[in-house]
Amino acid sequence: MNDIKERLINGLVKENPTFVLMLGMCPTLAVTTSAMNGLGMGLTTMVVLALSNAFISLLRNIIPDKVRIPAFIVIIASFVTMVELLLEGFIPSLYDALGIYIPLIVVNCIILGRAESYASKNPVIPSLFDGIGMGLGFSFALTCIGSVRELIGAGTLFGMHIMPESYVPCSIFIMAPGAFFVLATLTAIQNKIKINGERKGKDMSKIQSGCGGDCLNCSDTGCTKPQKINGKGEREHA
Amino acid sequence: MLKDLLIILISSSLVSNVVLSQFLGLCPFLGVSRKTSTASGMGVAVIFVITLASAVAGAIYKYVLVPLDITYLQTIVFILVIAALVQFVEMFLKKFMPSLYDALGVYLPLITTNCAVLGVALTNVQKNYGILAGVVNGFATAAGFTISIIILAGIREKMEYNDIPESFKGMPIVLITAGLMAIAFCGFSGLL
Repeated sequence: MNDIKERLINGLVKENPTFVLMLGMCPTLAVTTSAMNGLGMGLTTMVVLALSNAFISLLRNIIPDKVRIPAFIVIIASFVTMVELLLEGFIPSLYDALGIYIPLIVVNCIILGRAESYASKNPVIPSLFDGIGMGLGFSFALTCIGSVRELIGAGTLFGMHIMPESYVPCSIFIMAPGAFFVLATLTAIQNKIKINGERKGKDMSKIQSGCGGDCLNCSDTGCTKPQKINGKGEREHA
Repeated sequence: MLKDLLIILISSSLVSNVVLSQFLGLCPFLGVSRKTSTASGMGVAVIFVITLASAVAGAIYKYVLVPLDITYLQTIVFILVIAALVQFVEMFLKKFMPSLYDALGVYLPLITTNCAVLGVALTNVQKNYGILAGVVNGFATAAGFTISIIILAGIREKMEYNDIPESFKGMPIVLITAGLMAIAFCGFSGLL
């Protein structure tokens, strides 16, 4: 039981995929034009993440080591296809809003990253909850970013008017440039926390900044400055 | 016909730029843009792979998935085709065109899971492009990626010795630059 709680908190706070590890930035920027879209994308990703984690963990002793990445990708792509068909059938409005970013969940590095670093080494139940925890963390982050963008860019929150009548929406925030500015502010805050923490002598090596050359290796490379991690990064913790 | 292709070319490369308005391929865009030389290498490799991948994916969709009525498997098929294709291209270049391999080799593995490649293949299907239109769309998208990554790399080279507030050093300032570029690219939307 403790194990499960630890996994959930780990995903939500300690290793939050967006705020701490900076993984999966493409969907984070693309679909957070409103809080609702952010939440929808987050929950969709969570379902895929939890199911693929559980399934990969179940097969972890059967899949040969050499072909594990293609095998993981096929498993993940199958679940993404299932979720996509379900969304198309039951929540068409969300399906239309997220569009091409639903099938692109396949290349979201959080999912492959968790499969590789956790699910392929741990039993089914912790892996399932690791997926749920990470997914909740991702949903939380996406909803936060979506709320900020929607509030500034349209003056609403989940479609309800929040700002006073006199507020003129700064619509650039729900357009593409706004996404970059919000993420820039976010990473600057994160840098600040990291710098302050290092001054106080805390170990901040887990906090990543930005992603590397491709989504596959995103979880173990930093790009703008050398990371203090040992080349395997957060994969080592398990 | 030619007019349609020209419209696809302009809209995919400039108006709805793959990185700056669709956020695909953001990882290499931010990761490999420190120097113009590496950025242009990456750009050429991306043009090569995406153009080839959209041709192959388009052909497989039209001649395998549609006749067998299994179009719902497109995501799985496309990602496997792309991964295999990149591997194959890498081996082919290594064997037969060593000079080109030396220039592009290091970037090829990086592209395998670049979301832009899968994104283009899926967009082609979504918009009902034929194989030729799909290839043009792929080429234009990749050209748009190359244009923006080279511009970003140029700006980053100039920015290197600027006095930037400590917490904005590294990724945040790059993202702000990208945001300003996105505003500039919004100007192209009046083009069509």
